[in-house]
Amino acid sequence: MIDYLKEIFYGLKSLFVGLGITIKYFFKPIVTVQYPHETLEMYPKYRGHIELTRNEETGQPKCIVCGMCQKACPSVCISLDGEKPEGAKGKVLTSFILDFTKCSLCGLCVEVCPADAIVFSKRYNLASRNRDEYIIDLLKRLEDKKR
Amino acid sequence: MDTILQLINTIVNTEPFRAILYIVGMIIFVALNAAYLVLMERKVAGHVQLRPGPTENGPFGILQPMADGLKLMTKQLLIPDGVDPILFRIAPVLVMIPAIMGFVTIPFSDSIAARNMDIGILVVFAFATINVMGLLLGAWGSRNKYAVISAARVVSQNIAFEIPMLVIVVTMIMISGSMNLHTIVSQQSGGFWNWNLLNFTASPLMPAAFLILFTCMLAETNRAPFDIVEGESELVAGPFIEYSSMGFGLFFMGEYANIVIGCSLTTILFLGGWGCPFGLFPGIHWFLIKLYLLIFTVIWIRWTFPRTTFYGLLNLSWKVLIPISFVNLLITSAMLKVF
Repeated sequence: MIDYLKEIFYGLKSLFVGLGITIKYFFKPIVTVQYPHETLEMYPKYRGHIELTRNEETGQPKCIVCGMCQKACPSVCISLDGEKPEGAKGKVLTSFILDFTKCSLCGLCVEVCPADAIVFSKRYNLASRNRDEYIIDLLKRLEDKKR
Repeated sequence: MDTILQLINTIVNTEPFRAILYIVGMIIFVALNAAYLVLMERKVAGHVQLRPGPTENGPFGILQPMADGLKLMTKQLLIPDGVDPILFRIAPVLVMIPAIMGFVTIPFSDSIAARNMDIGILVVFAFATINVMGLLLGAWGSRNKYAVISAARVVSQNIAFEIPMLVIVVTMIMISGSMNLHTIVSQQSGGFWNWNLLNFTASPLMPAAFLILFTCMLAETNRAPFDIVEGESELVAGPFIEYSSMGFGLFFMGEYANIVIGCSLTTILFLGGWGCPFGLFPGIHWFLIKLYLLIFTVIWIRWTFPRTTFYGLLNLSWKVLIPISFVNLLITSAMLKVF
């Protein structure tokens, strides 16, 4: 009889303890991210598609148009072109096209680049009904970013 | 001007007008409650889990129930092959009508009640029991094994929990000497020390009786942690698995209406109805505050406890609730005899 009452008492007590915990959480602030309205900053090692970087002093792309990334790429998704303006020291990048539909994000281009001109972007919201949207003109992207 | 007022007064006091007012008012009250309790449920669930709940439709998601209702109404009312054509159609109505009828004697305030009957409490319980019948018929008419299994669970659960509930109610009737809900509330007027919850002169077990009635109310309305009836993992959706569109909507509204009835009854029997806890300004607002605090507790309980097993449920009723409620009945009758 004593055990029976004890069981009821402790069972009831545990229920109230549980209720106490949930009501405490009820008044705590929200921790979730309201995704479409707010997004998280991606962590530094995240591998989005590659993008070009700019020389801070001149404002031009760091790329020296050596073509190493193009050669290193196992999926042949990089195609770049440059020209040598008269009187200039080296080549200047005129187009840098990334075919992201084939890219496997292996990072060989980033590793091989002698001028540190290529980095991974932090872009992760990639969805489209159209393949052409993943043929990305990185030079244009860099210029868009400048503005 | 006086004559117009008099005319309005006479019209309001005529029988057909009262009936129409009651029916329209109650359907609106029940529908709004069902819609907004769903929102409240989702909001509470969200905040307990540290997320905001619905936010997209309107500010704080207050238009979400409208969107849900529109979606339910525009869905196809599907009647599967092989169901019992009459029972299948009649069951949602059998769930909904008693739920609305249950409100007929509930006094929202001193003057607001559809009909102040001397057997008020009996009427509420009589209609509340038909709800089970509706669920059983709907499940049987669906010709679906999941529905039939969950209907069997509804019935056994309701039988098990009806006993302690009614024993507690009998105790309350013995204390107040009346089945009239208005009288029961009037006896508790004044302040919270007059409430039946703290009526220790009648029985020292009164808070326990309150907990038992509340627990039974949870079980009768098939709410968590006693929602084995609709255990999603094994029974998909409960007795109304085959229903779509507003057929399902009616079952759902009936369920929430029953929660409102159960909480109203608990408020009336134990928490002094429309009376203020401090004896100031009694009125409908106090009834609604207490009612929605109880409903909040119902939702709070749902998002705290996991579902019980069927044995746990029946053991709770037969081994704990029924003995304690009978002990309470004995003590109360002894106290009534002595004092």
